[in-house]
Amino acid sequence: MSIKLITALTAMSPIAVQAQSQFNLTQGVTDISQRVYDLHMTIFYICCVIGVIVFGAMFWSMIRHRKSKGRKPATFHESVKVEIAWTVVPFLILIGMAIPATSTLIAMEDSSEADVTILVTGSQWKWHYKYFENDVEFFSLLATQRQQIENKLEKGENYLLEVDRPLVIPTDRKVRFLITSDDVIHSWWVPDFAVKKDANPGFINESWTQVNEPGIYRGQCAELCGKDHGFMPVVVIAKEPAEYDAWIAEQEAAQRQAKEEEQRLLAMSMDMDELMDLGEQVYLGNCAACHQGNGEGVPGVFPALKGSPMALNDMEAHIDIVVNGKSGTSMQAFGNQLSLRELAAVITYERNAWGNDTGETVQASDVNEFMNQ
Amino acid sequence: MSTVVGEMDQHDDHHHHAPSGLTRWLFTTNHKDIGSMYLWFSFIMFLVGGSMAMVIRAELFQPGLQLVDPHFFNQMTTVHGLIMVFGAVMPAFTGLANWMIPMMIGAPDMALPRMNNWSFWILPFAFAILLASLFMEGGGPAFGWTFYAPLSTTYSSDSTALFVFSVHIMGISSIMGAINVIVTIMNMRAPGMTYMKMPLFVWSWFITAFLLIAVMPVLAGAVTMVLTDKYFGTSFFDAAGGGDPVMFQHIFWFFGHPEVYIMILPSFGIVSAIIPAFARKPLFGYASMVYATAAIAGLSFLVWAHHMFTTGMPVFAELFFMYCTMLISVPTGVKVFNWVATMWRGSITFETPMLFALAFVILFTIGGFSGLMLAITPVDFQYHDTYFVVAHFHYVLVSGAIFSIMAAAYYWLPKWTGHMYDEGLAKLHFWASLISVNVLFFPMHFAGLAGMPRRIPDYSLQFADINQIVSIGGFAFGLSQLIFLWVVIKCVKGGEKAPAKPWEGADGLEWTVPSPAPYHTFDTPPKGFDKPPEVK
Repeated sequence: MSIKLITALTAMSPIAVQAQSQFNLTQGVTDISQRVYDLHMTIFYICCVIGVIVFGAMFWSMIRHRKSKGRKPATFHESVKVEIAWTVVPFLILIGMAIPATSTLIAMEDSSEADVTILVTGSQWKWHYKYFENDVEFFSLLATQRQQIENKLEKGENYLLEVDRPLVIPTDRKVRFLITSDDVIHSWWVPDFAVKKDANPGFINESWTQVNEPGIYRGQCAELCGKDHGFMPVVVIAKEPAEYDAWIAEQEAAQRQAKEEEQRLLAMSMDMDELMDLGEQVYLGNCAACHQGNGEGVPGVFPALKGSPMALNDMEAHIDIVVNGKSGTSMQAFGNQLSLRELAAVITYERNAWGNDTGETVQASDVNEFMNQ
Repeated sequence: MSTVVGEMDQHDDHHHHAPSGLTRWLFTTNHKDIGSMYLWFSFIMFLVGGSMAMVIRAELFQPGLQLVDPHFFNQMTTVHGLIMVFGAVMPAFTGLANWMIPMMIGAPDMALPRMNNWSFWILPFAFAILLASLFMEGGGPAFGWTFYAPLSTTYSSDSTALFVFSVHIMGISSIMGAINVIVTIMNMRAPGMTYMKMPLFVWSWFITAFLLIAVMPVLAGAVTMVLTDKYFGTSFFDAAGGGDPVMFQHIFWFFGHPEVYIMILPSFGIVSAIIPAFARKPLFGYASMVYATAAIAGLSFLVWAHHMFTTGMPVFAELFFMYCTMLISVPTGVKVFNWVATMWRGSITFETPMLFALAFVILFTIGGFSGLMLAITPVDFQYHDTYFVVAHFHYVLVSGAIFSIMAAAYYWLPKWTGHMYDEGLAKLHFWASLISVNVLFFPMHFAGLAGMPRRIPDYSLQFADINQIVSIGGFAFGLSQLIFLWVVIKCVKGGEKAPAKPWEGADGLEWTVPSPAPYHTFDTPPKGFDKPPEVK
């Protein structure tokens, strides 16, 4: 009998493990996330026991103490002893819960002595990562194609949980996150690390993690941050320390090279077709979320670019708003998000697409000149 | 008691006859008329807010964007929340207070009847303004019912001014209603009805009214600061001008948490009236119920920051708010244990009011358990802003507050209309609601634990099955409420004649007047009141 039971349980366990990820909190891949999971399960079981007792008494009463069974009602009420018991016992249970909760919380909030520090900045609707110890920084945007969201293409395995450039961190080292925002409040969340911290504009929050296993971990923005709140995922790749060191050195070199390359390219001008092709790509990736693919915007919220006086006439103001943004609105400064070529291309695109046929081109050197004024 | 009724009938002749037609309802100062208008208004708002929930659930039926764009989706979640909180639950309780408090304490009407008229009649305008804002260029409010700055200030559309104005009107209405309840209870109780002999529904509303007066002005302050930040260049919530967006959340939740109890304390009163009536047994501990209600109300001012654990508070503050929040489960537990002990060895029957009250106790307690889990700060970091939270507050608000309102409606419908409602249809409404509400909200716990954030119009594929089940539950729950509408209309139009006291085990002054309750009751105070009705 008992052997049968054990066999049955063993057979069931893979299902149980699989089901866990779909229906329960993750155990995660850090010591902290494991402690959080244990705490979650402990309190859940305590609630279950209390529930069984309370609801058990209720159902017993509902089944047994019915008028239809000819029960005569008792008349007892008020008992100081009972009332003290059901005040004191829950209080003691709460103390039992508070002790592990307190120690876990204190451990979670100690972000001192970190090996790696990364500044995480949220903005509508992307994340920006900047490594403090290395000269590496980049934006991380949703990589799911628009057509998948609009149900025109089959949805991929990591639908809405994939980005163009994931954050990379080392395993077995303490990584500290400094979290802030450029516009509204966002919240940076990776369930597998049990890290969720709000990104508040104008303030910097701290959090940390130390990942035990290499892997790809996915999360999402957790605080309503406007229209595309549901479309700003977080993807973190944890690499073995040696691999991480190699990766970060490579990135540092690549970013340095890109800057040099950009200066070299200033002298070259691109023709209209090249600018329009690149411009369309950049526009769809960065601008279309608000101004829409057809350039018509959302009336009252996001202005139209199609037929706008700025896109038709005032080129200086057009470059200015794309490079520096417009304070007090959702229009971000793209000067530090896009390369000079991309800025030039997207401005050209906006001045020539959807019937804005100005015929004017903007070159990287024009943007560079503007930025150096 | 029959002498009281006789006297009252004679007195009726001295009153001016109520005007008929529209002016009766526009100019009425009668607590029963105003109570009915509040209840009908709240039911209409319940259907309007519910239809927005249907839009939300239809969009979330499958992954991908099918029906609405994300900006409109955000408007739906926002206005659904605002309408359900301020338009459905709160006015329903005020309607019940209007109808029942004067009859339960033996008073002829509310103490301030003209203000009563005004506090109702400004409400339709508030909601007309809020709903109209959806049709403005740029759409209505899209920042969640919690309107966190700076999403609601710098980054919101111009309809925010209408949102602020309508919240102000709702607040004025609530404050006037609360003042009326307090003045009525303090001054107009029947001879012999000391505070510790008041019905528990009256007690719970008395405490609720103080909460309302304490926190509605705080909400008014918060929306005013949003208004001046957006339109007049102040920087209360803008770090660039020396303000702090997190301060907004402190102010909002200082209102918001007591608000949660505003929406549940009257439920406690309703259930405390119904369970002893249908268990035919005195409430186990009347005094401890009063003290527990007061303790919950007091603690509700010390827990607001548990909504904000992820905003980056000092550890000390996180611990303080965690401990205070956990503590609330003690008086709440006292209430649940009391209801169970009241049922124990009673002689129970299961008419619809009792069914809703029992479902309330069980489902509210489940919401309480998830609330206790959410109180634990380190785990809250995982639960916060996920569907686990959505499941939690819908358990306490829908299968909690709204179920108790349904229970109250069935319990007192015979008194209001003079007819018994159709018990068969009512039971159908109950079972349909009970099953669908759990299909709707229970799987949300799993979606949240597995990592689905709230307020998203589209989700990754692992949540597809759960969301489909939830949406089906949602549509079923929405349709089930039409049965309720049918039962009520049928009951108003006719049905078996209801006696003065249709429930064998019920007790209290409201059952001493005929059914339907005459237009004016208790012109002379009732005599011989000596103990609270729940004690029998």
